[in-house]
Amino acid sequence: MGRTGKKTESFTPLAYVLFAAVMLAVFVLCVSVGSVSVPFTETVSLIAGAIRGMQAPATSAASIILSSRLPRVICVALTGAALSVCGAAMQGLLKNPLADGSTLGVSSGASLGAVIAIAFGITFPALPFAGTMVMAMIFAFASIVIILSLAYKLDYSLSTNSIILIGVIYSMFVSSLLSLILTFSHDKLHNITFWTMGSLAGTSYRNALVLLAALVICGGILLHLHRELNAFAVGEDNARHIGVNVRRVRLTVLIAVSALIGVCVSIGGCIGFVGLVTPHIVRMITGPNHAKLLPASLFGGASFLMLCDLAARMIANPLQLPIGVVTSLIGAVLFIVIFYRSRRVSS
Amino acid sequence: MKMLEVKQLGVRYGTLDVVKDVSFSVEEGEWLMIAGPNGAGKSTVVSAVSQSVDSTGTVLFCGKDVRSYKPQELARHIGVLSQNHAVNYAFMVREVVGLGRYAYSRGLFAGRSDTDEKAVEEALALTGLQDLAQQSVLKLSGGELQRVFLAQIFAQDPDLLILDEPTNHLDLLYQKQVFSLIEAWRKKPGRAVISVVHDLSLALAYGTQALLMDQGQTVAAGPVKDVLTADRLSSVYGMDVKDWMQGLLRQWEGL
Repeated sequence: MGRTGKKTESFTPLAYVLFAAVMLAVFVLCVSVGSVSVPFTETVSLIAGAIRGMQAPATSAASIILSSRLPRVICVALTGAALSVCGAAMQGLLKNPLADGSTLGVSSGASLGAVIAIAFGITFPALPFAGTMVMAMIFAFASIVIILSLAYKLDYSLSTNSIILIGVIYSMFVSSLLSLILTFSHDKLHNITFWTMGSLAGTSYRNALVLLAALVICGGILLHLHRELNAFAVGEDNARHIGVNVRRVRLTVLIAVSALIGVCVSIGGCIGFVGLVTPHIVRMITGPNHAKLLPASLFGGASFLMLCDLAARMIANPLQLPIGVVTSLIGAVLFIVIFYRSRRVSS
Repeated sequence: MKMLEVKQLGVRYGTLDVVKDVSFSVEEGEWLMIAGPNGAGKSTVVSAVSQSVDSTGTVLFCGKDVRSYKPQELARHIGVLSQNHAVNYAFMVREVVGLGRYAYSRGLFAGRSDTDEKAVEEALALTGLQDLAQQSVLKLSGGELQRVFLAQIFAQDPDLLILDEPTNHLDLLYQKQVFSLIEAWRKKPGRAVISVVHDLSLALAYGTQALLMDQGQTVAAGPVKDVLTADRLSSVYGMDVKDWMQGLLRQWEGL
């Protein structure tokens, strides 16, 4: 068969340039604005100087931008991109527009793993610095497996309602376990509370590097599986009939998603609803084809979470709200709207 | 040579034997109609043959166990049209039909080739969906959606079509068109069809072979006219099927 003239379903390079430009504009805005605002031009020249390896000027603006705000906003952008691409992939895999790390209880599960690691001082001999991260990843994967297995027992077709129901029950169960651990871990109360509310304050360039590596590897795997996710989004049986190796793809997506959510939670805590809301908004613009939906969710998620973080810093200035509180406030309202709309369509 | 050979097929859900010891074969050019009352296990048989459910026994395609085929390789040989198509996302008709070419995709960043595009265009034309190609599948009627998935199978271009109630949701015109399309498709060399049907008249009109099932077991298998006899159907359905059908036909007299 002739295989000339390959056509892809993805965006044109120009579209990617536009997305990147919008995301960079939001990035500069979020780095510049805060309790101490810095002019955009100064922010850009400071970042450009840092990239070129120039000595930073000894000003308070340079200190705020380069030591505090820049690593934080980079971590926020990477977390937003990661959680959004995970949400988009889960919604495609499960053919369920309400699937997401937070609605499925995966983020709560990852938090539980991180909290157990903190409360009981769990470390791994080979990875002494990454006990919370590894525990968060393991618990995220275990949570997905438990929730989907229970939902599968309840309803073979893994319908929206079954998964959400099990996810809610699982999240409540995890919350009570977290409360139990909290009761017996007064000395680590602050650290544990941080994981349940979600915050990226105080994150470092090292955190950003870990997030970037996880996003490149796991996000790359998910982007590569865009055709398979399209097939799953149409229906798992249909995917099997057209030749998709459904077991292998399902397992690969679940591992990639849980690893990525695990890393995000271990660094930023439980930041809910980003993975639910962003793919929904993006899907309204790009349509459901994962060749466009996944990359657009990366850019959209990064921008959305950066703006949420900005709101978290500015709403009660000088007090900083946990970013998870802001995303949950916005996300919960949107979640209800989406849920009612989907119910109306299905009935 | 037998295209598909099924030997002692069994499917068990928990403690219930849904399909038990079913054997049949399909040769090139044949159209096997699987008939029987509700709960006979017809759809389960096609699910087992297409590897959608776990089963016991042997299913050979061109003499080779279907379990030994890689999923993409199997999809290039066997295409399956399911009974239900509930779509949740606003994919375009062309995108859903284009998924039929997945079995031919290769490599990490493989796009769609000219051959793929041509196959999709032909499938859209064959099923009369060109005008709806850019339409969201969420806006289609049940019958139109059924045609979309039929077009997907035509784009997939397998050797054996397995159809579970292919005229589900279709009005009479499209029932006729779909059966005529499948009939024309089957007559090309190296092809065969298996379909689950409730309409016994359609089974008699288009089938070459038949498998009559009841309570998960084979009642009879062979040439369609030998299997779907009046006595056998009456016994399986618990009513005089031929008399009822002829009574329905008489309603047309004088119209």
